[in-house]
Amino acid sequence: MKTFKMGGVHPEENKISTNAAIEQMPLPKQVAVLMNQHLGAPATPIIAKGDKVKVGQLIAEAQAFMCANIHSPVSGTVNKIDVCKDIVGLPKTAIYIDVEGDEWMETIDRTPDIKRECTLEPKEIVAKLKEMGIVGLGGATFPAHIKYSVPEGKKAEYLIINAAECEPYLTSDHRAMMEHAEEICIGISLLRKALGVPNAYIGIESNKPEPIRVMTETAKKFEGIIVEPLVVKYPQGAEKQLINSITGRKVPSGKLPIDVGCVVSNIGTTFAVYEAIQKNKPLIENILTVTGKKLPSQHNYQCRIGITYNDIIRHALGELPATTGKVISGGTMMGKAISNLDAPTTKGASSVLVMDEAESRRRPESNCIRCGKCINACPMGLEPYLFSALVKNNRIEEAQAHNILDCIECGCCFFSCPANKPLTDEIRLGKNKVRAMMAAKK
Amino acid sequence: MILTAVLVLGLIGIIFAIVLYFVAQKFKVLEDPLIDEIAEVLPGANCGGCGKAGCRAMAEAFVKQGNMDGLHCPAGGEEVAKKVAALLGCTPEISDPMVAVVRCNGSCANAVSKNNYDGLADCAFANSVYAGESGCVFGCLGLGNCAKACQFGALSMDPETGLPKVDDDKCTACGACVKACPRGIIELRKKGVKNRRVYVACRNKEKGAAARKSCIAACIGCGKCEKTCPFGAIKVENNLAYIDFNLCRLCRKCVAECPTGAIHAVNFPPLPPKKETPATGTPAPAPAPAKAPEAAPAQAN
Amino acid sequence: MNLLKISGSPHVHSDESTKKIMWRVNLALVPMLLTGIAYFGLNALLISIVSVACCCLFQWLIEKFILKVPSTVCDGSAIVTGLLLAFNVPATADMIWLVAIGALVAIGVGKMTFGGLGKNPFNPALVGRVFLLISFPVQMTTWPSVGKWFPMTTDTVSGPTPLGILKEGGNIDLPTLTEMFLGHMGGSLGEVSAIAILIGAIYLLWRKVISWHIPVAFIGTAFVFSGILWLVDPTAFVDPVTTILTGGIMLGACFMATDMVTSPMAKSGQLIFGVGCGLLTIIIRNWGAYPEGVSFAILLMNAVTPLINRWCKPTRFAC
Repeated sequence: MKTFKMGGVHPEENKISTNAAIEQMPLPKQVAVLMNQHLGAPATPIIAKGDKVKVGQLIAEAQAFMCANIHSPVSGTVNKIDVCKDIVGLPKTAIYIDVEGDEWMETIDRTPDIKRECTLEPKEIVAKLKEMGIVGLGGATFPAHIKYSVPEGKKAEYLIINAAECEPYLTSDHRAMMEHAEEICIGISLLRKALGVPNAYIGIESNKPEPIRVMTETAKKFEGIIVEPLVVKYPQGAEKQLINSITGRKVPSGKLPIDVGCVVSNIGTTFAVYEAIQKNKPLIENILTVTGKKLPSQHNYQCRIGITYNDIIRHALGELPATTGKVISGGTMMGKAISNLDAPTTKGASSVLVMDEAESRRRPESNCIRCGKCINACPMGLEPYLFSALVKNNRIEEAQAHNILDCIECGCCFFSCPANKPLTDEIRLGKNKVRAMMAAKK
Repeated sequence: MILTAVLVLGLIGIIFAIVLYFVAQKFKVLEDPLIDEIAEVLPGANCGGCGKAGCRAMAEAFVKQGNMDGLHCPAGGEEVAKKVAALLGCTPEISDPMVAVVRCNGSCANAVSKNNYDGLADCAFANSVYAGESGCVFGCLGLGNCAKACQFGALSMDPETGLPKVDDDKCTACGACVKACPRGIIELRKKGVKNRRVYVACRNKEKGAAARKSCIAACIGCGKCEKTCPFGAIKVENNLAYIDFNLCRLCRKCVAECPTGAIHAVNFPPLPPKKETPATGTPAPAPAPAKAPEAAPAQAN
Repeated sequence: MNLLKISGSPHVHSDESTKKIMWRVNLALVPMLLTGIAYFGLNALLISIVSVACCCLFQWLIEKFILKVPSTVCDGSAIVTGLLLAFNVPATADMIWLVAIGALVAIGVGKMTFGGLGKNPFNPALVGRVFLLISFPVQMTTWPSVGKWFPMTTDTVSGPTPLGILKEGGNIDLPTLTEMFLGHMGGSLGEVSAIAILIGAIYLLWRKVISWHIPVAFIGTAFVFSGILWLVDPTAFVDPVTTILTGGIMLGACFMATDMVTSPMAKSGQLIFGVGCGLLTIIIRNWGAYPEGVSFAILLMNAVTPLINRWCKPTRFAC
C-alpha cells in the first residue's frame, strides 16, 4: 500500500455516517447564492431584482481569469442582490432568490439513465466545464477550466483522483463512490480525455474497503483507471502528499502539481464533471455530510447550493443539541468553525459537523518542552515550534527563510503538540505577516 | 615558580593589549558625537512612532539632515523637540499634542457576544478567522494587540468592557497601537484643550440595521450629526460619521443628536441644562479651509 | 444553548500532554528504582523518596512564593528530576540529606531560574548531580559495597566501582559481564542494572516518548571509540563491552541525554548529539580527572544543543 514518506498523524477516524445513504434535501423557502464561492475574483451578477430564474440558469458570469460561472440552484424570483454574511460572518455579495416550484432549464437531462458516450474534443470539454461553473470540490474550489487547461510547455502525465477523504467524520465522497461509481468513472474518463493522459489513479484510503471494492470493479469496465489503496494517514488527501504517495514525485516549493506532470482532482468534482458534460447540469448541488458524535442521527444529503446551514440543521436534526460546542464546515482537521449559521452553503461545502462542548474545548497551553513531535508530524518537513517562537517575536523574515510559506495548514503540529500550543494558528498568522511583508516590499 | 607564572601571564596580557590596540585602531568608526548626544535626549523607547527603526536611527537622521524638518518624535513631544533643536541649532518643530483614541464602543453590554472565540489570543489572527464575537466586522476584537504594542503602558484592556482603555497622560501618540490594530480602530487625534475630545466611537460601515444588529452603540449613518454640526466638521460616508478634529470646535451639539450614543465627548463637565449653549471659545466660522476627513493623520485602512 | 466556539483549525487534538509524557518517564524509571532497592537496600529507597519529595517541594515553593504562578508540580516533571537525581548518587546513608541540597540546585538553579519546564538549557538532574560531585567529592565517590541481595542494614562500608578499579589500575577483580548486565556491582543507585534500564528504555520507545537516535548514537559511539582504543592498546584501555555496561552510559544514554527539553529536535541533530556525548564520555573517562564522564558529556552537549538545532534542520518536503 502506498503512502507519503514524511510526517502525518492518525486522528480518530469517526466515519460514523458511512452507512447513511444520500438523501435529497427539500427545497428551502429562499436561497442566497454567494458571488465568490470559488478561488479568485467574485462572479458578476447578470440578473436583476424581480427577474424570474429557472434551476440551472446562469445568474452570475465569470469576468476575471480566475473566476467561475454561477447558476441558479432553484427556480423562483430574485428577491434582492445584497450583502450576505458568510459562515465566519464576513460580508459578501449574494443573490437572494425566493423559491417558487422547481422548474429546471430544458437543456438539463434529468433522466436517471447513465450516458456513456461523449463526442466532445478535449478543448470543448474544458470550455463546457467553464460554462457549467465547475470548481474543485476538495476544499480549495479552484476553477476547473483553469486546472484542465495545461499551460504551454507543460505536460500532464498523471491524473490523480483524490478519494482519500482523510479528514475525520467526512463521508460524502465515500457515499458518492458507493452510489455513483459508474458516473464517477465516466467523469474520470472525460477528464483523462481533456488532459490527454494515459492513466488516472484513484487514491482511496484503506479504511474504505467497500468503496475500494466498488470502484475497482467499476474501473475494470473503463480504460486507464487504476484504483490505488492508500495507508490511513492524515493528510493523505492533501494535494502534495497525494502526489507523493501515488507517483513518488515531490512538488517543489511554490510550484503547482502540473510542474511535476500531475493534475489532482477531487472525486466529488469528477461526479460534477460527469453531470456537467453528459447531462448539461451546472454545479448547483453538492453532497453534504451532517454528522457528529452526539447527534441522534447521521446523514448524507444532496443539497442545493445556497441553502442556509440553519435550514439544513432544521431539516436534519430539528435543532442543535443543547450541548453543542462548535459547528464546523469541513472536517475536524482543516474545516472552518461556523460563527454564522444563517450563512448559505457554497460550492466547496462538504459537511455540517456538530461537535460537543467537551469535545471542542481547547485545553490550556503550557510551555513548549521541545519534544519535537510537531517536527515529526509535519508532512512538509518544517519546524512548527520554531515558527511559533519567531512569529511571537515578530521575526518574520527568519520565518520566511525557514519556508513558513510551504506550510499547508494541515494542523498535524497542533494536533500532536503535548503542550497544546496553537501552532497552526501561529503559523497562519505568520504566513499572513510574511505575505503582508512581501506585498509591502513590492 | 610564582615568578614564572607572573611573568608568563603578564607577557600574555601585554601581547593582547597590543593586538587589541591595533584592532581598535583599524576598525575605528568615525561618528559624529552629536548623534550620541541627541540619542541621549530622545526617549529611548524605540517605539517606532517617528517611522525610523529606533531612537538611534532617528538621531542619525536628525544629524544627517541638520534640521528638524519633517522629523518628529511623537513620543518625546514638545520637550524633546526643544532639546533636539537646541543641540542641532535650529528651530524646533512643534505639532499639536495628539492622543490615541479607541473608536469602538462595542463593549460586552453594547455588542453582545454571539460566539465564543477559543483560538490564539491575537487580534490579527482572529481577524483572519471570523468577524468577531458580536458579529461586527469593524469592531474591537478585544484580544489586546494594541495593549501589547504599547511601550509606554498607556493602553490596557478593560476587563469590564472588553475594550482597550487609553491613559491620556501616559500616551505619547507614537502610533504603535494604530499599526497594531488589524481593524484600524485606533486613531491619533488632537489631544484638545484640557484633554477634551469629541469623536465617533464606531467604525461600522454597514447599513444602519445591520450595524445595529451586532451592536446597539453603532453609528448607523443617519446623518443627524452632519446636519447639526455648525462647523462642517462631520462627514458621513459609507454609513459612518467621522469628525474632523481640525474643524471640530467641541460644541457637543452632535453628541446630543446621536440616536445611538455613538459620538463620545470626553473630559467635559456635564452639559448645562440650557439647550442653546454657544460653542466653547469664540463662535467664529471655521477658519481653515475644510479638509477631507481622509486627510486626518494616521487614518488606518 | 451554548455560544458556538470559534477557532482556527484543527478542531481536534491527540491525547498527548506534557503530563502524560512525564508520567510515562516516571513509569519507565520504576525498574531502576526496584533494582536500586534490591542491591542497595533501604538507603536507596530513602534517597529516592527524599530526592523526589524535595524536588516537588522546592518547585512548589518557588512557583508559589517567587514566581507567583500556578503550580505545575502535578505534571510530574519534578518527580522525573528527583528520581534521576537519586539514581545518580551512591546509595550511602550520607546521601540521604545531601540529595536534598542536590534537589534544591537541580530545581532552583537548573530548572526554575530559566522559567521552568521547557526553558532550561541543561538537564536539571545532572546540574544537581554535578553540583554535588564537585561540592562533596568524598561522599559522592564513596560507594556502598554490594554483597548480598536486599541488604536491609545501612552499612557504609565502601566498596569499589568497576570504573574506580579501572581508573586506579587496581588489582581487585572486576565483576563478570553477567553481573554487570544484571547490575550486581558498585555504582550509583540507578545506573547499575543494564537490564532494568533497557526495560525502561524499551517502554519509552514503545510509547514514542524517546526515539532510538540518541541512545543508539551515544552507546554506539562509546562502544566503537572505546573499541578502537582497546584494539590499539588492550592493557591501557578498557574493553568496549565493559565500557558501556559500567558507569552511567546506559542510564545517561537512555534517560538523560534523551531529555526532550535539552536535546536537539531534528533526527540528524539527535544523532550528532548522541555521537558527541559518546565521544566526550570516553575522552573524559580515559584522559580526564574523573573516573566517570557521562554527566559532564551530556551537560556539554546540552550547551551546544541550540547550535545543533540551528544547524540541523529536518528534511524539507519541497526543496
